[in-house]
Amino acid sequence: MRTYTLILVAALVTFSLRALPFVIFSGQRTMPAWLERLGQTLPPAIMAVLVVYSLRDTVDGGSAAAAGLIAALVTALLHKWRHSTFLSIIAGTGLYMLLLRLL
Amino acid sequence: MAFKTAFQKSLPIFFSYLFVGMAYGLMMNEAGYAWYTALFTSFTVYSGAFQFVLITFLSGGASYLTVALTALLMNSRQTFYSLTFLEEFKAMGRRKLYMIHTMSDETYAVNCTLDREDPARKDIMFLVALLSRLYWMGASVIGAVLGQVLPFDLTGIDFCMTALFITILVDQWDKRKSHFEPIAGGLVGVLCLLVFGKQSFILPALLLVSGLILLRGQPRKTGKEGSA
Repeated sequence: MRTYTLILVAALVTFSLRALPFVIFSGQRTMPAWLERLGQTLPPAIMAVLVVYSLRDTVDGGSAAAAGLIAALVTALLHKWRHSTFLSIIAGTGLYMLLLRLL
Repeated sequence: MAFKTAFQKSLPIFFSYLFVGMAYGLMMNEAGYAWYTALFTSFTVYSGAFQFVLITFLSGGASYLTVALTALLMNSRQTFYSLTFLEEFKAMGRRKLYMIHTMSDETYAVNCTLDREDPARKDIMFLVALLSRLYWMGASVIGAVLGQVLPFDLTGIDFCMTALFITILVDQWDKRKSHFEPIAGGLVGVLCLLVFGKQSFILPALLLVSGLILLRGQPRKTGKEGSA
């Protein structure tokens, strides 16, 4: 039973965090202009942080770190060149899986 | 048509969630929990990295306070995501609560790639959210039930999420005039990773980069809301 109540507490906190801005700016109260602008300018900043986040194991070093950085760089260059999301993801992930096994 | 677009957009999430979700189910199974407990967690919490931490809390007998505080620290980044889609979710009626609950790193990223002019935009967002959550719940169950007997080695397939984030970043870079935000995000992210370590750097990084963007601001308009 305790397992499930603990899970529900975790669920409640997580949902509340996602809902917080909606609670603060509910009904007629609208977002102030600076916050609205922040919301619109944040995506590229968040995406850059998420790239760092998904490569965070790099700080442990080793061949997995090298594989991650090489595959990330190749993905970025390939995408800059061909602009095909599908190709970039397949090639990047394939290269990473290959490097993990070769390095 | 909306479904086709949503399904295509959700494919990187599919592969990532399939692998990571199965790993989650497998670990729950190894910690002694049944598939329905894994499913219950994926259904109610729906938060990748935190669910892994939660396993050790559940089996280690952690307090409610520990669980609540860790959820707060690990998931408060998602408060930032809501800022981008506040007005749109508000206009989604009954589906609003579902959109809020299902906001993850991955659905946020995919939502950022959707065409602003597409009339089916809101339906696509909803379907991406629905599909992604189904992938995650399904993978948790598969992992918990048969993770140990799976014959192929999929190690590394979760890189498709990294690759998705990179492609979105490159597209945003090409589309927007200002490159201050991605550069600041990258530098601050690496700096915080080195200072705070990989477990806890994402929240300070998001706070710091938001602060930088606000400080830099836009050319100040005069006579508008008298903040100093």
